Amino acid sequence: MPTKSYREAINEAIDHEMARDENVIVIGEDVSGGAGCEGPDAEDAYGGVLGVTKGLVGKYGRRRVIDTPITESAIMGTAAGAALTGLRPVAEMMFVDFLGVCFDMIYNQAAKFRYMFGGTARTPLVVRAMIGGGFRAAAQHSQTLHPMFTMVPGLKVVMPSNPYDAKGLMIQAIRDDDPVIFLEHKAMYDMTGEVPDEPYIIPFGEAAVTRDGDDVTIVAFSMMAKRAAKAADVLAKEGISVEVIDPRTTSPLDVDTILESVEKTGRLVVVDESPPRCSMAADIAALVAEHAFHDLKGPIATVTAPHTPVPFSPSLEDIYMPSVDKIITAVKKVMK
Amino acid sequence: MQLSREDMLRAYRLMRTIREFEERVFVEFENGNVPGFVHLCYGQEATAVATGMNLTDRDKLSITHRGHGHSIAKGCDINSMMQELYGKSTGLCGGKGGSMHIADLSRGMLGANGIVGGTAPLAVGAALTIKTRGEDGVSVCSMGDGASNQGLVFEALNMAVVLQLPVIFLYENNGWGEGTSHDYAVGSKDIAGRAGAFGLPHVKVDGTDFFAVHEAMREAVERGRSGGGPSVVESVNRRFGGHFVGDPMLYRTPDEREHTREFMDPVKIFRKKVLESNLLEEAQLDEIDKEAVKTIEDAADSAAAAAFPDPKELETDVYVSYY
Amino acid sequence: MSLHAILVPKWGLAMEEGTIAKWQVEQGAEIKSGMEIVDIETSKIANVLEATVSGTLRALTADEGEVKRVGNLIAVVSDADEDDAAIEAFIAEYKEREALEAANIVAAPEPETIEAGGKRVRFMKVASAAEDAETPLIMLHGFGGDHANWMFNQADLAQVRDTYAVDLLGHGGSSKDVGDGTLDTLADTILAWADAVGLDTFHIAGHSMGSAVAQVVALKAPDKVKSLALLCPPAFGEALNHEYIEGFVSAQRRKAIQPFVEMLFADSALVTREMLDDLIAAKRVDGANDALQKIADNALSDAALADLRSKASGVTAPALAVFGEKDQIVTGRNIGGFGGKVETLPNSGHMPHLESAAAVNALVADFLAG
Repeated sequence: MPTKSYREAINEAIDHEMARDENVIVIGEDVSGGAGCEGPDAEDAYGGVLGVTKGLVGKYGRRRVIDTPITESAIMGTAAGAALTGLRPVAEMMFVDFLGVCFDMIYNQAAKFRYMFGGTARTPLVVRAMIGGGFRAAAQHSQTLHPMFTMVPGLKVVMPSNPYDAKGLMIQAIRDDDPVIFLEHKAMYDMTGEVPDEPYIIPFGEAAVTRDGDDVTIVAFSMMAKRAAKAADVLAKEGISVEVIDPRTTSPLDVDTILESVEKTGRLVVVDESPPRCSMAADIAALVAEHAFHDLKGPIATVTAPHTPVPFSPSLEDIYMPSVDKIITAVKKVMK
Repeated sequence: MQLSREDMLRAYRLMRTIREFEERVFVEFENGNVPGFVHLCYGQEATAVATGMNLTDRDKLSITHRGHGHSIAKGCDINSMMQELYGKSTGLCGGKGGSMHIADLSRGMLGANGIVGGTAPLAVGAALTIKTRGEDGVSVCSMGDGASNQGLVFEALNMAVVLQLPVIFLYENNGWGEGTSHDYAVGSKDIAGRAGAFGLPHVKVDGTDFFAVHEAMREAVERGRSGGGPSVVESVNRRFGGHFVGDPMLYRTPDEREHTREFMDPVKIFRKKVLESNLLEEAQLDEIDKEAVKTIEDAADSAAAAAFPDPKELETDVYVSYY
Repeated sequence: MSLHAILVPKWGLAMEEGTIAKWQVEQGAEIKSGMEIVDIETSKIANVLEATVSGTLRALTADEGEVKRVGNLIAVVSDADEDDAAIEAFIAEYKEREALEAANIVAAPEPETIEAGGKRVRFMKVASAAEDAETPLIMLHGFGGDHANWMFNQADLAQVRDTYAVDLLGHGGSSKDVGDGTLDTLADTILAWADAVGLDTFHIAGHSMGSAVAQVVALKAPDKVKSLALLCPPAFGEALNHEYIEGFVSAQRRKAIQPFVEMLFADSALVTREMLDDLIAAKRVDGANDALQKIADNALSDAALADLRSKASGVTAPALAVFGEKDQIVTGRNIGGFGGKVETLPNSGHMPHLESAAAVNALVADFLAG
């Protein structure tokens, strides 16, 4: 099977769907780049700020790959309005941090059309944004804000942790009739893996059990699923058998797979890159405490960022992020 | 452009129906039949009707929380509208939206919106759909003077110009944003001129004069249909009532309110004009007056008789499909 | 518990062999699923192999520093009180198979893709190292499978002849456009593909629906088909389990498909999460599930199979039929009119070529040797 990067997998998914459906458009700042510029390679100068939409303008033209001014409310609102009237926009918002500028268009508008309008509306909108720290990008370009979107009824939230999932989940996102927040971890764009050439989907609300184990269940999202797998490697050497669950989507959330695993292992560690309060870590811990309390052999542990903004200095950011060591420590704590 | 007799009769019928609708909603709100809070547009009927009459079902219209008039003029079913205001299951939105979110997508009415200025970028998006598909429709965004100051409206104006979309930004300057005068809140004092500075044709018209608004909208719609890009229309009128039903209107004087009812009533002005110019006959208009009363009486009866939503409807319509 | 083999894994497409770098556990140790047991190095990567079962590590069959081929046995896991003789017999069977494979495998093959009859057809060729190779063998998988279903058989049967495991239309890497989805159409594509790769005469081994396709191919081209080895042939069963077919097609999630996949095997413990993940992933490729539905409706209907039964006696080529004693998919026997040899494997369900690979390989090899 061909090997592709996370970036290529997402690009290929959008490409498949643009070829399949004329209603799919890509819109955002520099999705092509070079609009109105005279440089020798102005067209497709960027192809997305990190190159994810590279090449699409050459295939589908500026009519369907639309560069916009840096005005997030207008980008998001235009995409939402276009979705409400029949297009399937894929809106590139760059850093998830910037969604604060246009949050109204997401949680008051796109997320609510269907309910407010009594089920008559469809809003097939994909909002792409980068999440995650580790780039020394400081407080406004490093956040992992999926809990803010997960708590809004009407939105779906997707966090792929590998190239195969990224492609299948993006195709599902574009074909989905509801608004989808698609969160790409910026540290994973160059990660490679096997990705079929053909289009395929991965449905939302289906966790991937990336590793089977008997002693402890780790639930981890996006890049943290990778760190959890590394922690599980180390722990296996010490005789601790870890099951790793990557929910892939936080809304809908595959609660059953988590509960079934905890039923087997009796121990739970939740790993998430966002701060701890009102987070997925808190949410999953609460779900398990409510529905699987009697299966638990001990307290649940969470490994999250602290309740602080993301710091700039490498020495601080390194200790901000949940690390493999912190995950190992948490697992050993729940094993006691 | 000269309007036909049929057009003028239709305009009068729509304005009278809107007036009756709003007067009745005021009463039914006070009677406790209309829950929540409602924002009435009486005094602004000419703008709604002049807009709606320039549009067809293939055109899109996004409106504000003060949107009953535009909804009726765009062709929404009046019984279903009243049922929605009553929170009934047979309402346009199944009782889930109410006055502030009334919508009829089948008629291109993309919904009333409770967020001031929230519709501007959405209307730009609807225009993008039209342009991308090569259709000849237009997208109209009706807003108030309050929305004219919102940052995202400026973004939407710029986006419409950059992408050259068939969208019309219609500002209804009705005097107040909630309880604050537009003279205070609009720094430049000139809504149309400021919006036009983004690089699009703009015009300011007397919003109490149906014919003036109709002509301005006709030109803007024609420009959008023929690929001429976006336009701005500012229609200056004045709402009869408060921001919401129950607003004590401490910011308005009794004299001003009386003057508004007497001299800025678009229905009265229309009637006077068509009679003095012998364009229509008084008997015809009187007949329409009676019919409007009957239409709204029927709508209120239908709303009173309709059922509230079943409890199971609480959790439906959040997603097309979730899992 | 039964005996479990720990094999050298295939990490990445290019891996053919690995060096046993370091055992992390000793013989006799209790191991748990997910526990790291051995470091293995390849030319490309070094990695740690984790146990996929829990139990007692009864035997280590590879020393540190030893180079082993992918799929070779390196350890046996069972209960602490399992009979030593059984462990030794288990190891001996593997050693024999490995010796055969080592003598015949030239290079790790990759599947190829070719246009045939206007359709894309993917197939895996394993060439024989023999100087005077005999008539080649085409291997046709069953409903919902692909060429990889023959992974335990193809190299073994390639000792004296080239083998071609083909993805049927609508399956694996072949076109998802299955036309009318009938056995006729599936068979026509196989004939077009055989022409495209230049096979004039051939044997066919078919499993389940693949055996039905093989029979139709033999009826259409009696001069080309030298013999048929039919595993679990629905044409000679009394009934086909439509509950299985419908369940397999309609399942969209891993948990939904699991009970149906378990029906395939005598020992349902053979069904791993990865097997289920792979099956579901294949169904989620655009057009794949629609293709399966169409084939189920048109190639596997009772009418289609009745039609095949009525014609089956017209096959002139020699034939072998192999059944699994515990088959829950093709049940009963309806072998009136079948003039060939019939074998039944006692410990197999519907997947004898996976469940009793050595026995199937021996039966087919003997049959082909005449």
